[in-house]
Amino acid sequence: MADTQKRITDIGPPDYKDFMSPAMKANYGKWKYHEIIRPGVMVHVSETGDKLFTVRAGGSRLMSIDKIRQFCDIADKFCDGYFRFTSRHNIEFMFTDESNIDPLIKAINDLGHPVGGTGNSISSIVHTQGWVHCHSAATDASGVVKAVMDDLIDHFKNMDLPGKLRIALACCLNMCGAVHCSDIAILGIHTKAPIVDNDTLPKMCEIPTVVASCPTAAIRPSTEDGKPGVEVIEENCMFCANCYTVCPSMPLNNADTDGISLWVGGKVSNARTEPTFSKLAVPFIPNNPPRWPEVTDTIRTMVEVWAQNARKFERMGEFIDRIGWPRFFEMTGIEFQKEHIDDFKYAGLSFKRSAHLSY
Amino acid sequence: MALKEHKTPLLDELEKGEWPSFVTEIKNCASKNEMSNDLLGLLEKSYRERIGFWKHGGIVGVMGYGGGVIGRYTQLPEEYPNIEHFHTMRVNQPSGWLYTSDALRKLCDIWEKHGSGLTNMHGSTGDIVFLGCTTDDLEPTFADLTEAGFDLGGSGSDVRTPSCCIGPARCEWACYDTLAVTYDFTMHYQDELHRPAFPYKWKFKMSGCPNDCVASVARADISIIGTWQDDIRIDQDSVGEYSDNGLDILRDVIMNCPGKCMEWDGKTLEIDNKTCRHCMHCINAMPKALRPGTDTGAVVLIGSKAPIVEGAIISSVLVPFWKPEPPYDDLKDLMDEIIDLWCEEGKARERIGEFIQRVGMGNFLDAIGLEPEPAMVAYPRDNPYVFYEDAEEE
Ligand code: SF4
Ligand code: SF4
Repeated sequence: MADTQKRITDIGPPDYKDFMSPAMKANYGKWKYHEIIRPGVMVHVSETGDKLFTVRAGGSRLMSIDKIRQFCDIADKFCDGYFRFTSRHNIEFMFTDESNIDPLIKAINDLGHPVGGTGNSISSIVHTQGWVHCHSAATDASGVVKAVMDDLIDHFKNMDLPGKLRIALACCLNMCGAVHCSDIAILGIHTKAPIVDNDTLPKMCEIPTVVASCPTAAIRPSTEDGKPGVEVIEENCMFCANCYTVCPSMPLNNADTDGISLWVGGKVSNARTEPTFSKLAVPFIPNNPPRWPEVTDTIRTMVEVWAQNARKFERMGEFIDRIGWPRFFEMTGIEFQKEHIDDFKYAGLSFKRSAHLSY
Repeated sequence: MALKEHKTPLLDELEKGEWPSFVTEIKNCASKNEMSNDLLGLLEKSYRERIGFWKHGGIVGVMGYGGGVIGRYTQLPEEYPNIEHFHTMRVNQPSGWLYTSDALRKLCDIWEKHGSGLTNMHGSTGDIVFLGCTTDDLEPTFADLTEAGFDLGGSGSDVRTPSCCIGPARCEWACYDTLAVTYDFTMHYQDELHRPAFPYKWKFKMSGCPNDCVASVARADISIIGTWQDDIRIDQDSVGEYSDNGLDILRDVIMNCPGKCMEWDGKTLEIDNKTCRHCMHCINAMPKALRPGTDTGAVVLIGSKAPIVEGAIISSVLVPFWKPEPPYDDLKDLMDEIIDLWCEEGKARERIGEFIQRVGMGNFLDAIGLEPEPAMVAYPRDNPYVFYEDAEEE
């Protein structure tokens, strides 16, 4: 690099203190309580008596710089330029003048974004890259999310659910968005073993690494016409794409056999019950772009069954725990299949090991 | 130069409906940027053929860093030449995703100059994601970023960009300063964050209370979750108000208490704090009436991860109560012990949670010099295959 400028490295992120509004600084650590005034609008009250209002806008994770600039304009107008994002791709505007609430909501709505996601509602769906940017995606991410949120948007804008609803999507088992502890997890899955390209494999990958990458030991070294390579024992493959992640010569993307599985009843919060994994609800739904109607319909069914029958505060998993899994399958009309029964390590722990059944 | 027009009948369907459309975002950039324009065409093809068209990443990056850039190339460079290279840059977000419009406008200008104009706000780990950069533009983008006070985040087998909830900046439940700890740890581990040298990734996530707003228990190798040791603070008058306003305290609060430690006689709420499990439910239900205690700190848990390679794990207790005090050397020392051990004995692509399962939690604790404690288990083992150690060797 013919550069006269000194190269700057390892400076880390900017100091968050520079991005806190005066009201945040003055009341740092002194917040006393908060109230949700209406869907998407909160007020935090400090021990000093100060109030900080927050309006939460639903966002799409994939954003253009122009959209970010438009949000900046809103922040300048109503919040002295201070705003933040949440862990679920929402945008939060914080300000001290209560009379800003209505015009701010209008500005957000005018930009095409809904306000909501607080309290007992669905928040934005956290998700991965999908076909927009990933090599191992078994489905698209943004498109499925958009279709599901279009369908459930009323539950974003109104706090009309029994408890919180957290949906997440990962486009393959790699789960770069760890979705496995969500009320509903949408998970892209491959269902065919990788097709090994032994012409390119020895050049691109180290055979022992490829063999070791497989959790179920489905890959073994092989020789074809005296040339080294690998082979996949198909019965042992559970299509996780681990091997493909370490070696490009083992692709397993397939338009007809890739699709979506749905998982329910997980959570991360400690409220009431301990954090828990989501469990398999629907083993496979083929990809049906652009709007994945089978996926949105099934999710809607699960959400409505829960919304109509759960007790106050009960999350999806707590509700199912109370009514029992047989009843869940009955109420949702989802077919229980062989795939629902675990057959990997420690599978027996998930068998019903008592006579506690409801009839 | 006129941009090639890609017809997108399928994607157009995703501009309908009320939720903000990512297609509209891509189209916005596509109207003025040839990379985004080709991305739009490629994505329509994916929707048509129900499959992705991306190749594996090669090793690309900025000088002196091994992390922060994920190489990405399309499989169809002839058809979509402008996204032959379409790398991702992870830009380390500020603690709590707090911004000023000035700072974000600077980032937008940089990304307009060098890349596709498309971003993720934010990626799953927490970084600002710049989506779509050519190899040649990586270094100039990086130069402009650092000039503006930003740096790259982690990727590959390194410390991944730590992230945290809003904490004491706006939450009354923050039991420790998540923003400060996150910033401090991020700065402390700059080398480990930028230069991958671990068996696999290592994530820190900081949540201010057991509600765990950043899902640390599910997806961080080290989950630091705020909690308190003393009594829940009760404002009895406010409890009465909640009751008067229609909250069924018995059914909705007390019957949901996992510690079975609350009583309500219609006038006074009593909590047996010795068996409170610090789950947050009662506080969530009555935020005006109940607050965490004042002897606050955090539980440190270890090991959670998504399924790859050996199966998903939820973090488990490592330090039942940690009192965070800057510069947090006690916890950093413990982290160093663990990371050293893992670097020495971990297998490639083995997360710390998997490592612990392989060597055994007991042996792991021995190796890092931590005493076993009952708080670390849900219950003691129920299988009698105990590997007793030879007493004489002790
Ligand atoms: S996809 Fe997963 S299970 Fe199948 S061969 Fe590859 S690593 Fe093994
Ligand atoms: S925090 Fe949870 S366990 Fe403790 S008293 Fe409240 S509801 Fe019960």
